[in-house]
Amino acid sequence: MSIEALMGDYTLQIVTLGSAMLGAASGVLGSFAVLRKQGLLGDAVSHAALPGIAFVFLITGVKHTEMLLLGALISGLMGTFVIISIHRYTKIKFDSALALTLSSFFGLGLVLLTYIQRIPNANQAGLENFIFGQASTLLKRDVYTMIVLGSIILLIVGLLWKELKIFSFDPEFAQSIGFSDRKINIILSGITVVAIIIGLQSVGVILMSALLIAPGVAARQWTDKLSVMVILASVFGIISGVLGTAASSLAANMPTGPAIVVVISLIVFFSLFLAPNRGILWRYLKMRRNSREINEDRILVNLYQLALNHDDIYHAHQVAMLTPIEIVEFKAEKNMVKSLHSLAAKGYVRGDYFDTWAITDAGIEQAKRIVVENGGESL
Amino acid sequence: MQKYLIEAEDMTVAYDKKPVLWDIDLKIPKGILMAIVGPNGAGKSTLIKAMLNIIRPISGKVLFNGCDYQSQRQYIGYVPQRGSVDWDFPTSIFDVVLMGTYGQMGWIKRPGRKQKEKAMDAIKKVGMEEFAHRQISQLSGGQQQRVFLARALVQDADIYFMDEPFQGVDAKTEKAIIVILKELRSKGKTVIAVHHDLQTVKEYFDWVTLLNTKIIKYGEVDEVFTAENLKLTYGNIS
Repeated sequence: MSIEALMGDYTLQIVTLGSAMLGAASGVLGSFAVLRKQGLLGDAVSHAALPGIAFVFLITGVKHTEMLLLGALISGLMGTFVIISIHRYTKIKFDSALALTLSSFFGLGLVLLTYIQRIPNANQAGLENFIFGQASTLLKRDVYTMIVLGSIILLIVGLLWKELKIFSFDPEFAQSIGFSDRKINIILSGITVVAIIIGLQSVGVILMSALLIAPGVAARQWTDKLSVMVILASVFGIISGVLGTAASSLAANMPTGPAIVVVISLIVFFSLFLAPNRGILWRYLKMRRNSREINEDRILVNLYQLALNHDDIYHAHQVAMLTPIEIVEFKAEKNMVKSLHSLAAKGYVRGDYFDTWAITDAGIEQAKRIVVENGGESL
Repeated sequence: MQKYLIEAEDMTVAYDKKPVLWDIDLKIPKGILMAIVGPNGAGKSTLIKAMLNIIRPISGKVLFNGCDYQSQRQYIGYVPQRGSVDWDFPTSIFDVVLMGTYGQMGWIKRPGRKQKEKAMDAIKKVGMEEFAHRQISQLSGGQQQRVFLARALVQDADIYFMDEPFQGVDAKTEKAIIVILKELRSKGKTVIAVHHDLQTVKEYFDWVTLLNTKIIKYGEVDEVFTAENLKLTYGNIS
């Protein structure tokens, strides 16, 4: 399908709308999951949903979306319950309990799906789409359900904003002032599970947790304000939902889940590297600038000390004299000259003939200031 | 008229087989500063959390003014341990302090101008106004503690529970906190704080509870805070 045809296709518009809503809801809820360090729980719920889908089909024999998703919901919740119970009643650590449950439920789901494919029933085709997701299998009704549920989720988050914020930051304090952490936990987990379940058809059980977590992770990089983070996460969710759906419609047989995840991963990648303050590149540059500044300070103080020990304060000294003995090597001297040029540009030193440098009045003042700032040993 | 402000009776807390707190009976009068002192793992934080209804005891109860926690909670303030939250959370000092007003508002309602003014006043009181709109990750330990204290002040409570308010703070902050505590006492408020530094108990507090799973002794510092009782609490380490 060409892009023009895509834009004009009514069915696709509807499907894209559904993906956008899904992206918005999961971005918002994922932000809270990221902040509460509960990212993996979504992974468990979505994987654990698969056997539920297969079971419902085995019992009913028809592919009725609402029924299938109800099955997904029940087994997803069962999975969560199993994880929490293992963690609470045994000495097994949380991550082990999670990995154990997640893989056993998913394994059971795959076994059931394989069995279903063997039985003679024309309806079975397409059930495997729940693994990687296929937005084009969404019916108009499914999209309406997604929009209604998504809107309810966003409305709840809007109404309980204050409660969700304090619960995510300091649950014990929240409890002490009368916000039952059990109530908030149930509401937040509940709407998160609903968001995961409505995403299963288009994103799939394996990758749904990425759409939940990745927008929040990316958004956290750009801001220190919770409201901005949540809005940004929903925007990232919408972008990846829409672009992923479009990409999977353009290429035949491309499942939607992986396409969405590739888009959101790119957004995460750029955010991790390029975001100001928290980005890796930014931090690296800042570290380099810091060490350069400290180095320049040191050179200026060295020069100042040399000047004090000389009859003529403004006497020019050779670069080699300024280089600390332990690092006399070619590169050190080259860096030294670079630093001296930078100091000269600030007016603290003056280049004399050949490779000799002298301190200026401004340089003397600055050197005194540096010495005072760093503990002020008298010179 | 209730003689005691806070009364705990037969309170026992256990997570596992071994109880963390055993049969706690406490009667605390109004208008005192009380330290809870004891070795590591004695259940000091647990005692505070159980009184605050954060942890449910397996037996016993706590009464405030003769009533249960839920009906009195707007008169009760809490300063949790500084390390109990993620200080990289995307929020500002002002927002954290504003959380102190949430309890009086109840569900769904949002803080308005009045609440925001209150929060700003508390921030000024702990000397943090120039940082008010900064993100909390840039704060030192002492500044974090001031923020938590400001949040509790906003609660405008009559009883304050504080979990190690002096833990890891600079000398200046420690002085600032003690000034605020004494001011609270002079207004007739009651403060109960988990405290680690045995050297300063006599100087900072009027009452002390010596705790090691059970209550060893409690009462006025001059009577209770003796070498003999400390030995009973901490064992023969010194």
